[in-house]
Amino acid sequence: MKKEADKKLGIYIHIPFCIRKCLYCDFLSVPAGVDEQARYAQALCREIETESRCYSDYEVESVYLGGGTPSLFPGEWIERIMDVLRRHYRLSAACEISMEANPGTLTWDKLKAIKAGGVNRLSIGLQSANDRELSALGRIHTWKDFLHSYELAAQAGFGNLNVDLMSGIPGQTLGSWEESLNRVRLLSPHPKHISAYSLIIEEGTPFFENRPELPEEDTEREMYKITRDILSDCGYGRYEISNYALPGYECRHNISYWRRKNYLGFGIGAASLIENVRFRNSSDRQAYEAFYLDGFQKIGGFGTKPVWDSVKEEKQLLSIEEQMEEFLFLGLRLSQGVNVGEFFRCFGRRIDEVYPGIVDDFCQKGLLQRRKSGKSLGTPEGGSARGIAPAFVFDGQEGDREAEEEWISLTDYGVDISNYVMAEFLLS
Amino acid sequence: MNIVLKYERLLRLRRPYAHTPERYGKYMAGIEQSKIRNFCIVAHIDHGKSTLADRIIEKTGLLTSREMQDQVLDNMELERERGITIKAQTVRTIYKARDGEEYVFNLIDTPGHVDFNYEVSRSLAACDGAILVVDAAQGIEAQTLANVYLALDHDLEVFPVINKIDLPSAEPERVKNEIEDVIGIEAQDAPLISAKNGIGIEEVLEAIVTKIPAPGGRSDAPLKALIFDSLYDSYKGVIVFCRIMEGSVKKGTSIRMMATGAKADVVEVGYFGAGQFIPCEELSAGMVGYITASIKNVKDTAVGDTVTDADNPCDEPLPGYKKVNSMVYCGVYPADGAKYPDLRDALEKLQLNDASLRYEPETSIALGFGFRCGFLGLLHLEIIQERLEREYNLDLVTTAPGVIYKVHRTDGEVIELTNPSNLPDPSQIEYMEEPVVSAEIMVTTEFIGPIMELCQTRRGKYLGMEYIEGTRALLKYELPLNEIIYDFFDALKSRSRGYASFDYELKGYELSELVKLDILINKEEVDALSFIVHKDSAYDRGRRMCEKLKDEIPRHLFEIPIQAAVGGKIIARETVKAMRKDVLAKCYGGDITRKKKLLEKQKEGKKRMRQIGSVEIPQKAFMSVLKLDDD
Repeated sequence: MKKEADKKLGIYIHIPFCIRKCLYCDFLSVPAGVDEQARYAQALCREIETESRCYSDYEVESVYLGGGTPSLFPGEWIERIMDVLRRHYRLSAACEISMEANPGTLTWDKLKAIKAGGVNRLSIGLQSANDRELSALGRIHTWKDFLHSYELAAQAGFGNLNVDLMSGIPGQTLGSWEESLNRVRLLSPHPKHISAYSLIIEEGTPFFENRPELPEEDTEREMYKITRDILSDCGYGRYEISNYALPGYECRHNISYWRRKNYLGFGIGAASLIENVRFRNSSDRQAYEAFYLDGFQKIGGFGTKPVWDSVKEEKQLLSIEEQMEEFLFLGLRLSQGVNVGEFFRCFGRRIDEVYPGIVDDFCQKGLLQRRKSGKSLGTPEGGSARGIAPAFVFDGQEGDREAEEEWISLTDYGVDISNYVMAEFLLS
Repeated sequence: MNIVLKYERLLRLRRPYAHTPERYGKYMAGIEQSKIRNFCIVAHIDHGKSTLADRIIEKTGLLTSREMQDQVLDNMELERERGITIKAQTVRTIYKARDGEEYVFNLIDTPGHVDFNYEVSRSLAACDGAILVVDAAQGIEAQTLANVYLALDHDLEVFPVINKIDLPSAEPERVKNEIEDVIGIEAQDAPLISAKNGIGIEEVLEAIVTKIPAPGGRSDAPLKALIFDSLYDSYKGVIVFCRIMEGSVKKGTSIRMMATGAKADVVEVGYFGAGQFIPCEELSAGMVGYITASIKNVKDTAVGDTVTDADNPCDEPLPGYKKVNSMVYCGVYPADGAKYPDLRDALEKLQLNDASLRYEPETSIALGFGFRCGFLGLLHLEIIQERLEREYNLDLVTTAPGVIYKVHRTDGEVIELTNPSNLPDPSQIEYMEEPVVSAEIMVTTEFIGPIMELCQTRRGKYLGMEYIEGTRALLKYELPLNEIIYDFFDALKSRSRGYASFDYELKGYELSELVKLDILINKEEVDALSFIVHKDSAYDRGRRMCEKLKDEIPRHLFEIPIQAAVGGKIIARETVKAMRKDVLAKCYGGDITRKKKLLEKQKEGKKRMRQIGSVEIPQKAFMSVLKLDDD
C-alpha cells in the first residue's frame, strides 16, 4: 500500500459560462447573466468545501480553472474560489495553478486579483492570428484584442503563459497557419507553452449542422507537420500530440490526465479519477446548484452516500483490464510514450503478453516505435511522467532493468492516426 | 420475440376458451356441412383486408371487444410492425345469422403481396369463397386484379365489398362500376363499409352466409385433406393446417402425406381460435383445422400436399400441388463464422413456417460457409433476413440477389445458375437465358410517360396499354426479372408519386447477352460481390458499384484500388485513399470516458468487418451495393 503522504491530487474547476458560444464548441458552456453566474460560483465554493473532507490526506500538485471562459468571472470570485481551495486542501509549495482566459475578458484589475488569488499560469485562447479566421470560428476577439490581453498579462506578472492555436479551420491556408505560429512564437515575452489542436467537427455544434469549407486533408496534415518543425526550431518540444512547451514548462495538470494520476473535478460535468474510480458531476446546472446550495440546508449536511449519488454520476471502479487499456491509450498520447517496466510493475503482466503481437505489428507498420532509456525525443518531462497510482506493486521484480529502460511511443504516422492505433489496445 | 415461444405462450393461454363446454360443446360433435363457410379475403395491399378480418372476428362469437387487439390475425411481430400479412393465418368463429341459425366461419387470411402468390394460392384452395375488398377511393389496383383472378381460377365464389366509404374522397358508385367493367362480377349490391369504424359489418356477415356456398365432400369417403400451412411447435412437433375435402380424421388415425410419403399417427385434431389451438374430437369433410402427429421432420409436411388415411387411402391426391419455385437467390452467411450451425437450424425452423423458402449450403472465398437461399421475391428476402436477425438473433451478411439463369454449355448441358461464381468459362458457354416476367402496371395517365421511360431503361418490351377509365391506364410490359428485383418497385413509386401499382408473373426464359461482372478489391476478386448483368448495363453498373464501395470501405494504412471487370477486362476503377488522419480533438477536463467510447465505437466497427486479403470490408457493403441509386 501507498503511504498516505504520497497521495497526490490534481484539481479541475469548471466554469461553464462564456460571452458567446463559438461555432465549433461542444464543451459544457453557455452565456448567462451575472446573477446566474454568481449562484453557480457560490455552489462551486460549497462543493469544494464539502468534498474536501474526503481528501485531507492528499497533496494538491496542480489546479486548473477551465471552461467556458473562467476569465469572465470577476477577479474577486476567482480569489474567493482560490481562497476556499487553499483553506480546505493542502496545496504543495510548487503547485501549478492554471487558468484559461479569453482575449477581451481581461482587465488590469482582474489580472491583479487573479494573481493575488494564486494563479501562476495563464492559458489564453487565441486560436488564430488571422482576424478573418477568428470570425469564421465565431470568436469574439481580434488579433489586436489578444495582443492587448497578452501584454497586460505579462505586465501583471504572469511569466508562465500558454497560447491556444487551432489548425485546419475554415479559410486557413498553409501560409496563414505558418504566420499564426510565427506571430505567437515571436511574442514578447515568449509564451512558455503552445497548444496546437486541429479542428474536429463535433456533433451538436453549428459546424456539424452547417459544415464549413475546411482545408484539404493533405494541407491540413502539412499544417500539422510544419507546426512541429517551426516550434521545435525555437525550442518548443512536443510532449503530447497537440502540446508544445519550452523545457520544464510542460503543463503538469495536462500530463496527469495521460499518466492516470488522481484528479478531482469540481463544477458541472467535471470528471474525476480517484484511486482507479472514475466519476463525474451531473451536467445539469440546476440540479447541481440545488444540491449544493439548497440541499445542504434541507438535508443538514452531507456524507450520506445516496445523497452524494444524485450529483456524482457514471461512477465506475476500473477493472485491471480497463486500467491496462487506459495506461496505453492515454500514455501513448505523450511523446515519451509508455514505459514497459512500469506497465509490468503496475499490472504484473507484460504488454506483449496482454496484447500479443500488437506492438510488434504496429512497429512493423511504422505506427509505433520501441526506444531504450527514458529520454524522449528531446522532451524532458521531469518527474511528472511517473507516479501513476498503481493498483498494486510487484516488489522483487525491480531487477528488470531492460524493461525499465524500454519505452513504446507513437511514430509521426502513428500520431496522425492515433485513434486507429489506440483502439487496438482495448481489451473488450 | 421468438415465433415458437410466442405460439407456446398462446397454447397455454387457450384454456379459458377451450374448455368451456357450454360454449363450444355443441360444436364438438358433427357439424352440419351446410352451416360451414370457408372463405378468405382478397385485396390490394392497404385496402383494409386485415382490418375487416378483425371486425368479422369481433362481431362474431369468439372474442369480446376487450380481448381484441388490433389486427388479431397478423400474429408475427414483424407483420404488425410492417402492417402487412406475411403468413397465412386462419381463425374459426361462430355467427348467429338473421335466419336464426348459427354458422361456423373459417376465415383464412392470405398475404397481399405479389411475392407471396403461392401462399395465396394454397390458402385459396382451402376456401369455397372469397370477399373482395376494394378501397372506395382508390378503386381497383394491380394486385386486386391478380388476386381476384387467382380466386376465380380456384373456382371460388367472389363477392365484392367497398371499404373506406367514410373517407371524404370515397366514390363507391364509381368503384362499383369499375368492378363490374374491369373484373366482370356483380357489384351493385356490394356492402358499403368502413372496416376501421365498424360500419356495414353486419351486411358483410350476412353476405358470407348467403353468397358463399357451403362446402361439399362426403364424410364417409376415404380421408383427403389439403395442407395449406404448417408450423413447428417444440412440444407437439409439426402442426399441420388443413382443409378436409373428404372423409374425416381424429386422434389415432394413421395418416400418410401423399407427395412426401411420410406416415404418422394423429395425436390431436382441432380448430383455430384467434391465435389459439382448440382441440376437438374429429375433423370431417368441409372443416378447416389442424392435425398434430408427432411429426418431427419439417420436410415431411409440404404445403399443398394431400393428407390421407394410411389404412384407407383415397384414389388420387388433390390437384394443384407444386413445388414452390424460388424467383430470387442470394447468399446468406453468418457474420460470425462460428454461428454457421445456428444459421442452419434457424433456416430449418423458418422453412417450416414458410414453405417457399429454399436453401442449400455453399461456400464463398470471401465469406466462408453459408447458404444459397431462394426466395419468392425481394420483399420475401428482406423479411426472412429480418426474421433471422430478430427471432434467431443472428448477424448476417447477404450477397447481391440474383435470379436463376439458364446456361447452355457448348457440350449441350444446361446449367441452372443461381450463384454467379459458378458461371463456366465463357469459352464453354453456347448461350444464356434469363427469366422474363409479364408485368402489369396500373397508373394514372399523367405518369404514363415517366413509367414507360423507366420500363425502357429496364430493358422492358412494351406489350400494350388499356385505359381503365378516363384517368387510369394499365400498362403491359415484358421485363427481365433481373431488372425488377433490385429497386424497381421503389423507382416506380417515386416516379408516380406513389400512385402506380404493380403486379407480375413469370413468363418464361429468353435468350440474353449476359456477362459476369467481377469486383476486385486491392486486386483480389471478391466472389461474394460478383453478379450477372446484361452486357449493355455492365459498364454503368460497374462504375456505380465502385463508387458505392469507395464510400463503404474505410480507409486503410495503404491505398486500395476498387475495380470492376468483365471477363478480365477492367471497366471501372475507384481508389480508397490511405488513412491520413484520425486524431481525437481536445480531450477536455480529463473526460476519459468519452474518449474511450469513441475508441470502442471504432473497434466495434472493425469487428463487423470481413477480411478479404489485407482489406477489411464492412458487412453492410455487401448489401448496400444493391441500392445503387437510380437517379
